[in-house]
Amino acid sequence: MAESSRTGSRIRERRLSLGMRQAALAQTVGISASYLNLIEHNRRRIGGALLNRLADALQVAPELLLQGAEAALVERLQEAAAAAQDARPERDRVDDFTGRFPGWAALVAEQSGRIAGLEHALARLSDRMTHDPHLATALHDMLSTITSIRSTAAILADTQDITPEWRARFDRNIHEDSRRLSEGSQSLVAYLDTAGDGTADPALSPLDEVARMFDRLRHHVPVFESGGTVDDVLDGMDPPLGPGAASIARGRLEEIRADARALPLPLVQAALDRLGFDPVRLAEALDTGVARLLRRLAHLPPDMLPQPVGLVICDGAGALLHRRELPDFPLPRYDAACALWPLFDALSRPGVPLVHRLHLSGREGVQFDSYAVAEPAGPVGFDAPARIEAVMLFTPHGAVDGPARPVRRVGPTCRICVEHACPARRVPTLVGEAASA
Amino acid sequence: MSRHVLVIEDEQNITAAISFILSRDGWDVSTHANGVDAVDTVRTRAPDVLILDAMLPGRSGYDILRDLRADPGMADLPVLMLTARGQAKDRARALEAGATQFMTKPFANGDVVDAVRVLGGV
Repeated sequence: MAESSRTGSRIRERRLSLGMRQAALAQTVGISASYLNLIEHNRRRIGGALLNRLADALQVAPELLLQGAEAALVERLQEAAAAAQDARPERDRVDDFTGRFPGWAALVAEQSGRIAGLEHALARLSDRMTHDPHLATALHDMLSTITSIRSTAAILADTQDITPEWRARFDRNIHEDSRRLSEGSQSLVAYLDTAGDGTADPALSPLDEVARMFDRLRHHVPVFESGGTVDDVLDGMDPPLGPGAASIARGRLEEIRADARALPLPLVQAALDRLGFDPVRLAEALDTGVARLLRRLAHLPPDMLPQPVGLVICDGAGALLHRRELPDFPLPRYDAACALWPLFDALSRPGVPLVHRLHLSGREGVQFDSYAVAEPAGPVGFDAPARIEAVMLFTPHGAVDGPARPVRRVGPTCRICVEHACPARRVPTLVGEAASA
Repeated sequence: MSRHVLVIEDEQNITAAISFILSRDGWDVSTHANGVDAVDTVRTRAPDVLILDAMLPGRSGYDILRDLRADPGMADLPVLMLTARGQAKDRARALEAGATQFMTKPFANGDVVDAVRVLGGV
């Protein structure tokens, strides 16, 4: 059974876990108890405002009712299995494991994520120790100063008949060197503190920090709707971002703020009320660039859209710069994304919006509608390097009425994709045949 | 006549300390502080033993040493190389460039004196 067709079951499970009577919930959301009963037994599909009211009454995110937490957990476990070295987890029984032992499954997934984060941090720190010229120079200077102090101090301690002139000279040298050592060590500590800033999680890369910040904001920045500034947002971060992450976040926030100013909330709301969630028609009606509209849709207040949306932005090299995940459409953190994403098609056709229907491999019944476009990022000049960014918005298929489109099978990333014979495969998959069943 | 050791090191206070301990051991010590004209200085002063820092302003000690070893007149000059990097690969790099002996900073004064005595055949 598709995850989205079990929405009613999840509503029932959540209601019972809260000890709420069916009639009481029905009254709260303004429907009859018999209609709620049909919904809870998956005999009526729901979405939009009713789903939001139910989620609100059940104190849970609508996405969790619509798609469940299991799919995301299974995906994370598959990633953990793909990274295993000696262990041979039974990949064909991952659903069974998740269903029977959800707590243990969550623990495995959480620890796998932590290990991946720590390995990444270790690689970064190792690279920094090896290649950071400032660090190498600072340590060399400190060692030279220590050498001088040690050698001079030994002379003063061991030489009984040293002349007053030499003693005075060595006293002066030790004084100079001790001051240099003090200043050098303070400078080094300041450098290391600034690089890590003492506030950022050392296990996170700056991009990861920014992604976590947007997750905490639920991808909406309320102050931008009322004229607030990027500094208002960054100054309000607790804990504050590290300097690298703050620099990245500032650029992205400036863009989101500009989008909000160009497409004010009332204008977007009116267009949504009139046209529904249809990015193609909305872009035409609002007379705006498609990339701006897609970004704006992904950063609206959480309860404004009738269905969840995901977003990913990449640069001309395909590196993912900004992301909003959906539980059933995970975005790789460290590996390169699937080359078949329309996001990358868009890079080769700048300015042409592309609409696709996507089937995520290994997830029968899970499909998405995607909207992608690439546009220059920043000013364009003759013979100047072209800086381009592609944007892709995706939402569960079925939320938008539109013409039937052929389905494209895509994956998250090659290592955990079940499409063994994929022509775009760049590395062998680590997921066995059984997982695709 | 005392034997001559040339110290090529850019840290003045290290140079002063080495000069002092070797002078008291009976060596005639001269010094030089940069890598740019270090090869010419070695040729001109013709020391019996050379103490050479690996990291010098203008030119690395490794490059200086390779040039010296390419000169038949300097091929056998005993060279004690000083470096702040003490890993095996650094030692291998120094020996590959032609160092006779390799010593990491910080060092004990007695070790420097002993090394120079051995290199100078004292």
